Amino acid sequence: MDYKSAGLSDSEYERINELLEREPNSLETQLIGVMWSEHCSYKSTKRLLKTYPSTGRYVLQGQGENAGVVDVGEGWGLAFKVESHNHPSAVAPFQGAATGVGGIIRDIIAMGARPTASMDGLFFGDPSLKKTENLSKGIVEGIGAYGNAVGVPVVGGKTFYSPCYTDNPLVNAFCAGFVRLDKMASSQTAKSGDFAVLLGSKTGRDGIAGASFASRELDEDSKASKPQIQIGDPFEEKLLIECCLDLLDKDLIASMQDMGAAGILSSSSEIAHKSGCGIDINVEMIPLREKGMEPWEIFLSESQERMLLIVEKDKLDPVFALAAHYGLDCAVIGNMTDSGRYRVYDRGELIADLPTSILGNAPEAVWPSAAPDDSGSGSADRAALASKDPESDLLSLISCHNGRSKHWIWEQYDSMVQLHTIEGPGSPVAAVEVPDTKRACLLTMEAEPYKCRTDPYIGASETMALSLRGLWVAGAEVLGMTNCLNFASPEVPEKFYELEQSIKGLADTCRDLDCPVVSGNVSLYNETASGQIYPTPLVVTAGLVKDRDSRLPSGKASSGDSLYIVGGPCGSLGASRYQVMKEGGPKGVTVLPDHDNEKAFRERALMTAENGAASSGRAVAGGGLAIALANEVLASGCGLSVKTDISVPPEEILFSEGGARAVYAVPAEKEKGFEKIWKGFPCIKAGTFGGTVYEWQDMFRIDIARLKKAFMEGSC
Amino acid sequence: MKAAVIVFPGSNCDRDVRRAVSESLNTAVDMVWHEDEAFAPGTDLVILPGGFSYGDYLRSGAMAARSPIIKAVREHADRGGLVLGICNGFQILTETKMLPGALLPNTSLTFICRRCHIRVERTDNKFTAGLKEGEILQFPIAHHEGLFFLPDDELKILEDAGRVVFRYADPDTGRAGAEYAPNGALNGIAGICSEKGNILGLMPHPERATIAHLNGGTDGIRFWRSIAEAFKERGAC
Repeated sequence: MDYKSAGLSDSEYERINELLEREPNSLETQLIGVMWSEHCSYKSTKRLLKTYPSTGRYVLQGQGENAGVVDVGEGWGLAFKVESHNHPSAVAPFQGAATGVGGIIRDIIAMGARPTASMDGLFFGDPSLKKTENLSKGIVEGIGAYGNAVGVPVVGGKTFYSPCYTDNPLVNAFCAGFVRLDKMASSQTAKSGDFAVLLGSKTGRDGIAGASFASRELDEDSKASKPQIQIGDPFEEKLLIECCLDLLDKDLIASMQDMGAAGILSSSSEIAHKSGCGIDINVEMIPLREKGMEPWEIFLSESQERMLLIVEKDKLDPVFALAAHYGLDCAVIGNMTDSGRYRVYDRGELIADLPTSILGNAPEAVWPSAAPDDSGSGSADRAALASKDPESDLLSLISCHNGRSKHWIWEQYDSMVQLHTIEGPGSPVAAVEVPDTKRACLLTMEAEPYKCRTDPYIGASETMALSLRGLWVAGAEVLGMTNCLNFASPEVPEKFYELEQSIKGLADTCRDLDCPVVSGNVSLYNETASGQIYPTPLVVTAGLVKDRDSRLPSGKASSGDSLYIVGGPCGSLGASRYQVMKEGGPKGVTVLPDHDNEKAFRERALMTAENGAASSGRAVAGGGLAIALANEVLASGCGLSVKTDISVPPEEILFSEGGARAVYAVPAEKEKGFEKIWKGFPCIKAGTFGGTVYEWQDMFRIDIARLKKAFMEGSC
Repeated sequence: MKAAVIVFPGSNCDRDVRRAVSESLNTAVDMVWHEDEAFAPGTDLVILPGGFSYGDYLRSGAMAARSPIIKAVREHADRGGLVLGICNGFQILTETKMLPGALLPNTSLTFICRRCHIRVERTDNKFTAGLKEGEILQFPIAHHEGLFFLPDDELKILEDAGRVVFRYADPDTGRAGAEYAPNGALNGIAGICSEKGNILGLMPHPERATIAHLNGGTDGIRFWRSIAEAFKERGAC
């Protein structure tokens, strides 16, 4: 195998020769090529990701493991991570999305946690195209088919449409699970003398070298890449979950790693490298699905539903017995050594011999960065943005693909299995109970591609702040976040700039607002001949309420409650949904989150929830104040009459976005307490809930039935 | 009352049912592995939970109907013991022919998970005696194959025998029937029982409407209590 077809550059190949003090053989070249691919090595982003704040009072396990873990109290940890499966889903939507769900679930199992809640970030192209319809239908069905069978509920998500995703849809799969702290597993605790055991599916030719496939742009050849797509078997995955949790419960395994990208190669070399060991693998001992597979195919196969277990010698028998109980294949494929080397034997013959450090330490790729001159950061056109008919603008915003109900998607997912779901899909903040306690974990998923397109730093900052505001309003202490960075090729300076600035925006916001980053994933090369995606950092933030009854819900406004708007009445129309609707593409910049102001908001929002000072609350997000209130009206089924005496153009107050802002429904007897809490922060009483109409003085008057039709059916 | 939940390798509502039954009836629940061949002595209620028993890549429940534990389920039912099949459990009961009919793919050809309303049609069986005829319950559904089907003549026999226990309904008007079935079930059938009334299969999930602070409502508690009360009055079988 020549090094170029293994994906290695000239300088990388030179480096390998230096490190080895010889030329690698063909198998070795192949192995290094995959481990040094962007997908496996994060070589373009490693340096940037180090800038994330990684510690916090709740963090038990930060970046670098299969998933992050935070302490949620009473002996429980929450393991969580989000991961992309973009390239496979673009080529084979059903299987690509399904195996994305399977992969993230195994990451959670690998921490010793029972996967408990999933969320999916989906980015689809132009909704008027048949192509988008087909892709989105396949992706949604794939997620459902896998997750429903495995029995992990989908509790929320984010769906966003923009033509930039037409040829390159994004599928970001998130999963979280609860683990008893004394049963946490790790991929860093193997020791010399332990056995490497492969549990689960036999290895076949599916998904060979998927990691390198995901490390370049999608082109015409991608259609011929079908063999690089894996096929999922959720039944096998369900057995793996039960078996692994049972093994951990009985203290039978020393270390564990899921097999994702680059299959046996990456899982075994990572476990050896992270544990400071060596490993010898006997290729003929690996159970195969088909005959005649070459060693490189076996090592790079991405056959699904496999876990690598590290088992002490005297525990092999009970491990095999338990695997048999669950009807799973199980085989010893090698053993841990103290050699520090990654050695592969084929019937006794040594066919690859590399230092484990070479596989685990790809050289960094340094790309030049340059600010683009066409990002659309120039200001939006005021005249074009004037709202001449606020009623019709509101109905258009709430009925368009990005504004309307996504029930067609989430009703295809089991959102209640496992009996932990307190608040499921359709709500801005999901909530799941911590097993056997009164505690609840709250989750928000956010992405703001328009805002990141026009200014990646501000856009990413606002994305992060949005995910925090949702948790604060619900009354949750922030535990930590995980992120999926979806970008185009880092080799283009303007695109690398977007990546660099987005990470900086996330890092700065997380640092200032006390949210550690515990896990994540980077997906680059999201582009096709027809174009590049907008920079799309997606974040999922987890929070904790110690008493689930103290959570402040949304959608619970009652007749007679007063409406309070907190935070400034206006944000920016730049890169807002309204601006894009009027002008066809994102232009202008949103508000840069002011961290002191966010903290002042945080303090009061948390106190509001803690004191039960409101019956319902929600942060202002996409579509602005008018859409936040429309969503509250729809969810609570309660009309609303709004009156403000602020002399700004209608579109500014109704549809501008950004800034620490929220709306609350407050019962009469709690108004005094509420106003006291918000003293020193912009806060206006702006109307009353009740009736069957959503109206805003001098601007619009819409029957709830009509609003509901627009929201549910996308027509008005 | 002593209950047992069968655990097929792909069951995923087994633990949910255990929790719902043990919390609402304050009773211990046995978990019985599919390869076992008998229930603990004194088992009164056997529950086949939802999920994907053996992956269900063939017809839902088709393989489970041939699993080792099913012989014990049949014997339990023959002795007059209570057998409850929920969702996949209902599919398995039709595959074993312990209940008539088949569950076909939903007319939408998609999986559907949502809250849904059913009307109690009969109370002359061993499960719903404690409920009121005509009352509406809210139990969530979550299935891809929930369209209850029987050929016309057999459907008529089932209806005439009063074996349709639950029908999908409109909570506002109290009307029930096919037009309210989210899955296209014939005559809006959501649950049926055996001739003797000791075997019940239903697609909606009562266990998801049992824990008050979760998002599925609480109507399931009344269902579980109804089973227990009817059992108490009647005594062990």
